[in-house]
Amino acid sequence: MRLAPRWPVPLALLLTAVACKDQGAPGQGGAGAGGGGAVIGAALSLTGPAAVYGSQQRAGIQAAVEEVAQGGGPKLTVLIEDDSSTKEQGITVFQKFINRDKVSAIIGPTLSNTASAADPLAQQAKVPVLAISNTAATGITDIGDHIWRDSLTEAQVIPGAFKKAQEKLGFKTAVVLYGNDDVFTKAGYDVMQKALADQGVKVVGTQTFAKPDRDYNAQLTALIAAKPDVLVVSALADNAASIVSQARQRGWTGPILGGNGFNSPAFIKNAGGAAEGVMVGTSWNSLSQEAANQKFLAAMKKAGVNPDQFSAQAWTGVIILAEAVKQSGGKTGREDINAGLAKVKDLDTPLGRFSFTPGRDAQHEPNVQQVKDGKFQIVQ
Amino acid sequence: MGQQILNGVFVGSIYALFAVGYTLVFGVLDILNLAHAAVFMLSAFIALLLVDAGLSLLVALPAAVLAAGLIGIVLERVAFRPLRDRADSNISGLISSLAMATVFEAIALQIFGPDTSRFPQGTFPDRTLQIGDATASLLQLCIVGVSVVLMAALTLLLGRTRLGRHIRAVAESPRAARILGVDVDRAIAMAFFLSSALGGAAGVLFGLAFNSISPDVGRSVELKGLAVIILGGMGSVPGAVAAGFALGLIEVFTVAHLGSSFRDAVSFVVLFLVLIARPRGLFGRAAAREA
Repeated sequence: MRLAPRWPVPLALLLTAVACKDQGAPGQGGAGAGGGGAVIGAALSLTGPAAVYGSQQRAGIQAAVEEVAQGGGPKLTVLIEDDSSTKEQGITVFQKFINRDKVSAIIGPTLSNTASAADPLAQQAKVPVLAISNTAATGITDIGDHIWRDSLTEAQVIPGAFKKAQEKLGFKTAVVLYGNDDVFTKAGYDVMQKALADQGVKVVGTQTFAKPDRDYNAQLTALIAAKPDVLVVSALADNAASIVSQARQRGWTGPILGGNGFNSPAFIKNAGGAAEGVMVGTSWNSLSQEAANQKFLAAMKKAGVNPDQFSAQAWTGVIILAEAVKQSGGKTGREDINAGLAKVKDLDTPLGRFSFTPGRDAQHEPNVQQVKDGKFQIVQ
Repeated sequence: MGQQILNGVFVGSIYALFAVGYTLVFGVLDILNLAHAAVFMLSAFIALLLVDAGLSLLVALPAAVLAAGLIGIVLERVAFRPLRDRADSNISGLISSLAMATVFEAIALQIFGPDTSRFPQGTFPDRTLQIGDATASLLQLCIVGVSVVLMAALTLLLGRTRLGRHIRAVAESPRAARILGVDVDRAIAMAFFLSSALGGAAGVLFGLAFNSISPDVGRSVELKGLAVIILGGMGSVPGAVAAGFALGLIEVFTVAHLGSSFRDAVSFVVLFLVLIARPRGLFGRAAAREA
């Protein structure tokens, strides 16, 4: 057999040319360097189970970029991509941001589950990531020194929220239902279990479900049969709405405590009347009169979006990155922004006065809210 | 305990209704129609569209069931009839039905998007009833009721009517049926109509019961439906009914006592054990009749 000599040569040349072109743009610079300002990638769950959060985050980011531009801050260009609420798509989007778009920093991804898979890529490429909604206590910022977050962890929110709820409701026994196939809902469960134990509440029943499940009657029947004082649920908003509706249908009239997954207007909309009285810890106080929060609320109203914790955290993420660019003297390289983030301190945001902990986690005061008349109301 | 039995009967009735249609086509054609779960999903969406358009559920449910039946006829024309006279029609039919399932799912994805859709509040009166120590919502009772009525109607139709006789004759032997003057093509088309209409009814009821419909909703019943018809005996309608309720109950007790991670595992272990002891399934026909 004769080797075909003609094709491999031009093909190899072509490949080399493509490879060289790719290396021509150095990864460190940040594509925005030429046009001025920083290019930031945002990986958000615009479809899939976490879409209810992703659309809110997109609204928060877009409004904040406008706000920064009007306020004379550093120029930011945000590229928004859908991570489909999955690890696989999250990784693909991160690779695109890091290698093709050469972004200076990444915001997101929406779910802790996705972050646990995608963030290591950014850490390896030394691209700073600012998480705006990852709340799993471990496995996010401890991935490395380029991973930051402005969202309080479940471990920071839940103990305080449960304590306040217990003061109001005086429960002594509880049952817990949680999703055991998701990093966030599982981590939420671990924190809840510890918080309940610390408060001397006896857990008289525990049940699990998986994200694609739609029928929770078997679990709820078993839990309600244990006659607890309170039902505790760690779930994403989509599952949470179905769980709360089915619990009310099964005759549960007692209080329900939720995790961070409940913090969405979509939860109330989908659960309808069944959501009344549900209590949940939150990192955003919608009633705050601080100027930074009022500015955020006005921008959301202008955009026609119902503001929630997720849009507030997304807005804050953009404000923090703008501050980081300012702190690094307007330089937009990946390491410049990472160094700038470390200098962010007592920044006025809708979440309150914001600083990072030494472990690059968020630090500010959490709150508790309860559904009343179809709306989240802050419990004073 | 009483409540869990009720939960099991409730979800079992949907499995049974879904599987009855599944097994009917298998009984007639000896072909698995893998697009059955896609029809289940489309029908739920059609009902949702009609309810959103302001129609009462009393109109939307029968209309969606009828639409599902018509989709079944289209399915038969496109995916099965052109292949019927081929020597390998069992395998090629299986694959073309899988292709149709993918097409249906893609259509739903285009029109309705990947997110969960829900029936508006108040589509069905929100009322609960006390039965012994168990509570049941009116919706759950209606779902069990509608399923049982539809399954009984199918049994009567197959056993007592001319169309039923034709379908059974074709199931026995298409060639003999044709010699005896049965319009085989029509009987098969009608079997598909009935099968898909029942699958569609199950889809609407499932959508109402758990109030969440998405293009991948068929996956929740696809494998379970297959387990039900194998357990009941391939092609046996009473077998599918019995196995549907049995697997519903097994699933509920598994979740409550072993945890949701075992939701499907126990059902399939039971299936496995039954098949070892009785390879034909619970109500399967004896081999001698097929010879």
